[in-house]
Amino acid sequence: MATTANHSGTGIRIDLQIIADMIEPNSRVLDVGCGDGELLAYLQESREVDGRGMELSMQGVQKAVARGLAVIQGDADTDLVDYPGDAFDYVILSKTLQATHNPRRVIEQMLRIGRHAIVSFPNFAHWRTRLDLIVKGRMPVNELLPYSWYETPNIHFCTIRDFVDLCREMDVGIKASLSLDAAGEVQKFTADSRWANLFGVDAVFLLGK
Amino acid sequence: MPNISATPAPDALRTRLNAVEATVTLCVDEPLRLDSGETLGAVDVAYHTYGRLNADRSNAIVVCHALTGDQFAVLPHPVTGKPGWWANLIGPGKIVDTDKYFIICSNVLGGCMGTTGPKSINPATGQPYMLDFPVITVGDMVRLQMKLLDYLGVDRAFAAIGGSMGGMQVLQMASAYPERLFCALPIATCARYSAQNIAFDEVGRQAIMADPEWCEGKYLLENRVPHKGLAVARMAAHITYLSEAALTRKFGRKLQDKERIGFGFEADFEVESYLRHQGSTFVERFDANSYLYITRAMDYFDMPGEHGGHLSKAFMNTPVRFCLISFTSDWLFPTSDSQAIVRALNAAAASVSFVEVQSDKGHDAFLLDEPELHDTIRGFLDGMARRAGLSFGETR
Repeated sequence: MATTANHSGTGIRIDLQIIADMIEPNSRVLDVGCGDGELLAYLQESREVDGRGMELSMQGVQKAVARGLAVIQGDADTDLVDYPGDAFDYVILSKTLQATHNPRRVIEQMLRIGRHAIVSFPNFAHWRTRLDLIVKGRMPVNELLPYSWYETPNIHFCTIRDFVDLCREMDVGIKASLSLDAAGEVQKFTADSRWANLFGVDAVFLLGK
Repeated sequence: MPNISATPAPDALRTRLNAVEATVTLCVDEPLRLDSGETLGAVDVAYHTYGRLNADRSNAIVVCHALTGDQFAVLPHPVTGKPGWWANLIGPGKIVDTDKYFIICSNVLGGCMGTTGPKSINPATGQPYMLDFPVITVGDMVRLQMKLLDYLGVDRAFAAIGGSMGGMQVLQMASAYPERLFCALPIATCARYSAQNIAFDEVGRQAIMADPEWCEGKYLLENRVPHKGLAVARMAAHITYLSEAALTRKFGRKLQDKERIGFGFEADFEVESYLRHQGSTFVERFDANSYLYITRAMDYFDMPGEHGGHLSKAFMNTPVRFCLISFTSDWLFPTSDSQAIVRALNAAAASVSFVEVQSDKGHDAFLLDEPELHDTIRGFLDGMARRAGLSFGETR
């Protein structure tokens, strides 16, 4: 999956900091694809949230459990159905959407079990990616998208504009949208921003019902 | 079973573990109420403790044993001389650290290692209970364990941990006594015992009861022992604790001390010889009637059934924090059993962690040196100890 090594002043990745800043203190949070629990641990400490996690890899689950977090081994595509409706204030899907089999259904489930959904993903319309495709005529492989097409876990890439279109189709409200450029600068953008779609490396959306 | 090389002499081990071996008579003034409606007065409980209870009595861990386990979780078994069934897990500096925690492990109600069971003397007759012993449940076992906690002065245990039937007790404890537990580790277990498991239990019981030496349950009076029936029960059950991959790896079709098949019914294959050995050593340490009663208790275990078909109701708003662990090759208590519990706990808004450990060793993996199992238990206990603000300094 795409990574930006940038870290904020608080020590967590900037894209995670952006998500954390969207979350009200003392809320109930489910982090889907929580990895080793970095964001959840930060949220519990800084926002005093009641946090839960779901992660596919056993190594991730073990590390998160060792941090004292409540994390279960599970798959965003199949296991979100097990949660009751409105169980959480926020359901987070951080840089995992593009690796799911059915992104639309995952978003539906997130908004069923949570009042808000926070979704971040790498923007496939970033100019570097466009240029790679135009100039080389090959699927882009760079530091932002480090996998070759035949081994990538990222099976459902989309652009910021694609995602906005899907939200409109699903009648999902976009409460906030932020992009992160290659220098790690955070920009707010409006849904139809061509600028964000060209220069945003990652996008973070706060969605509501 | 785990092999522990260089096991110290039992006395040295006892000292190192701060081990206490004791039997206490409970329920003298007020008999134990059983789920069947019957009562049982003056119940003996044989238990071991390891480590020391801290000043605020907050570091106790209740260790629950499986069907054929007992209180010898760490100390060598008095009959077999083998290391305790969880000696690889529990000890000074080990995963369940006796330098930090006060470990309590008791023989279950209906057992045959000192806690009142069918071979105990019935005060009403002066003879062993045998089949006059009331049918018991996992709920009854846990009710008695709570009496032991009362006796030991532990209002609230830090954790309860157990695999298989031990895991059922952990779940039952968390459901029935949520205020007496900070966190729970049910391993390789279920909340509703399956038809397949009941079927295997029935095979075991029928094997015992078909043995003429069983004497309609009165073998103790006749000075006889249903060796063969109990051994067959153990052999059949033992297969369910393993996996095809584990059996193939360990034995394959290897022959036992011979070059070619014998065209007879002696133990040609190593796997036959192994099972016969498992059966014959088991009968030396286990009581056949106890086997009947305890397997029956597992058959009756149905937490959703006791909560209107909804397992989540057994845990609604529970403060207990859970960590469930299953094994990929466990077909007796498959991962789906644990997932059903996880789903119910999520629906009950409980704090739950869940790990499925990759292992080809079958159900028995919970007793073995599985690094991922141990890492998960250690991580969960450490994280929970921080959360509970446990202090490991001062001891009583």
